[in-house]
Amino acid sequence: MRKNTNWLATALIALGSILILFPLYMTVGIALKNPEEMAQSIFSLPTGLHFENFSNAIKATDFFHALQNSAVITIVSVGFILLTNSLVSYAIARNMNRRFFKLLYLYFVSAMFIPFQIIMLPVVKVTTDLGMNNIPGLILLYIVYGLPFNVFVYVGYIRSIPLELEEAATVDGTSTWGTFWKIIFPLLGPISATIIILSSLSTWNDFLLPLILLADPSQYTLPLVQYVFQGQFSTDFNLAFASYLLALLPMVVVYLSAQKWIISGITQGAIK
Amino acid sequence: MAKRRIAYYLMTIPALFLFFAFHTFPALQGIFYSFTNWDGFSDGYSFVGLKNFINVFKDENVYNAYFFTFKYAIAATLLINVISLLIALGLNAKIKAKNFFRSVYFLPNVLGVLIVGYIFNYLFSNAFTIWGAKLGSDFLSQNILGNPDWAWVGIVIVGVWQGIAYNTILYLAGLQTIPADLYEASSLDGASKWREFWSITFPMLASFFTINMVLAMKGGLMIFDQIVALTGGGPGRSTQSIAHLIYTGGFTGGEFAYQSANAVIYFIVIVAISLFQIKVLQRREMDL
Repeated sequence: MRKNTNWLATALIALGSILILFPLYMTVGIALKNPEEMAQSIFSLPTGLHFENFSNAIKATDFFHALQNSAVITIVSVGFILLTNSLVSYAIARNMNRRFFKLLYLYFVSAMFIPFQIIMLPVVKVTTDLGMNNIPGLILLYIVYGLPFNVFVYVGYIRSIPLELEEAATVDGTSTWGTFWKIIFPLLGPISATIIILSSLSTWNDFLLPLILLADPSQYTLPLVQYVFQGQFSTDFNLAFASYLLALLPMVVVYLSAQKWIISGITQGAIK
Repeated sequence: MAKRRIAYYLMTIPALFLFFAFHTFPALQGIFYSFTNWDGFSDGYSFVGLKNFINVFKDENVYNAYFFTFKYAIAATLLINVISLLIALGLNAKIKAKNFFRSVYFLPNVLGVLIVGYIFNYLFSNAFTIWGAKLGSDFLSQNILGNPDWAWVGIVIVGVWQGIAYNTILYLAGLQTIPADLYEASSLDGASKWREFWSITFPMLASFFTINMVLAMKGGLMIFDQIVALTGGGPGRSTQSIAHLIYTGGFTGGEFAYQSANAVIYFIVIVAISLFQIKVLQRREMDL
């Protein structure tokens, strides 16, 4: 039974999407204008394209350096999350009948309830004492703090994979490690994709943990650079907006090129 | 078999150790410091018993922060859920350019909260005021974030603008799990759209409603980035959230131990609310 297009719904959805797009239109517009054009009308389309806002913003915030920091932190964290969190989950999922692993599962999963703000004051003390208030320390914390949610998602998924596949490998004499890397890990593809998307988004956009942890300004991430920059150059709006746009752009580009994947990944992660 | 068992332990013990060291141990430390008078940087401290906790209950700033945070979290949770459910219904209907609109509505979720906050900060102070002035309204021509009574509404607007994306996707996923023949049967019975929504759609979405309410509420109670970008807690302390109070007092105000006590209470409140929500909403799921 195929119905015709629902024009009322289309119109309402289109109208609503203007509310989403308008602030983004303003961001692009302001980033491309100069103060004189702003004085005439801040809503109109820019008349000339002032790309110097971007080159100035790149210089003022040392954009490429921050971009590199953010990229390294995100890629390394997510890579390790994928390899280690799935391994931990595998051991838990295959030993749920043993008390140690059952308790371990409950231990990790119940930590999902603990808001980060509760531990943030002592975490800074611990990491500073260990000399880990830097990028490697930040990466380690992202990997460790990913465990509660990722174990929850991975364990559910692994338990749905039939044991027979592994038993065949065991009979052939494959070790537990070999079984995981050769058989289970490849089978985790779809759920790993979800984990990659969710952890990339949260790591890339995270502001609080870098804010409290990173001591050396040369290690600042993109959101943190915007924070510092905002304090110094709050009067030049065109420059500020060019800088915001540059900081938002990498994720927007990734999103637009992989949106179908991202949306279905988010959906899967949530339903599990 | 023993070798196999050792392998399983080797897979989990490093993770257990690291998680304990960087998550549980700091949490325990926080609880420990909440009974001291440590300021965060001095060498020494002494135990003060429950003094911090008693003072937290007497602290006007703490009451302010809880009042604002709850006001924000409740308003944002309700608005996010109503609006994202409506959008999900719209996106699930037979509309044109469905994929395009889906991408648009999800876009805010990939943008960093802090930067979105900065953009809206400018819009509130410099752009929306121009429209307000054109409408000839004194109220609308002022910067809402600068008004102690109304700044929280501005923060809700930004939180909802960004928060609906994620919940919309979840509701949309939920809508797709509803079998089409339920609707066919109800349309044969001549049920109205309104009736159809309350008798089929909403009950079938019950578990998604639970997830969305809990997630949105938890997100709301933990609000931090938006506060930094939009108001810094002001004007006065009218928009200071609990997380922001713990951060500013703990790191820059020399109140490490005191804010640790505040954090312990905050933790208990969040767990209690989440459990309460899950319990009540799941009971509702079963009643339906």
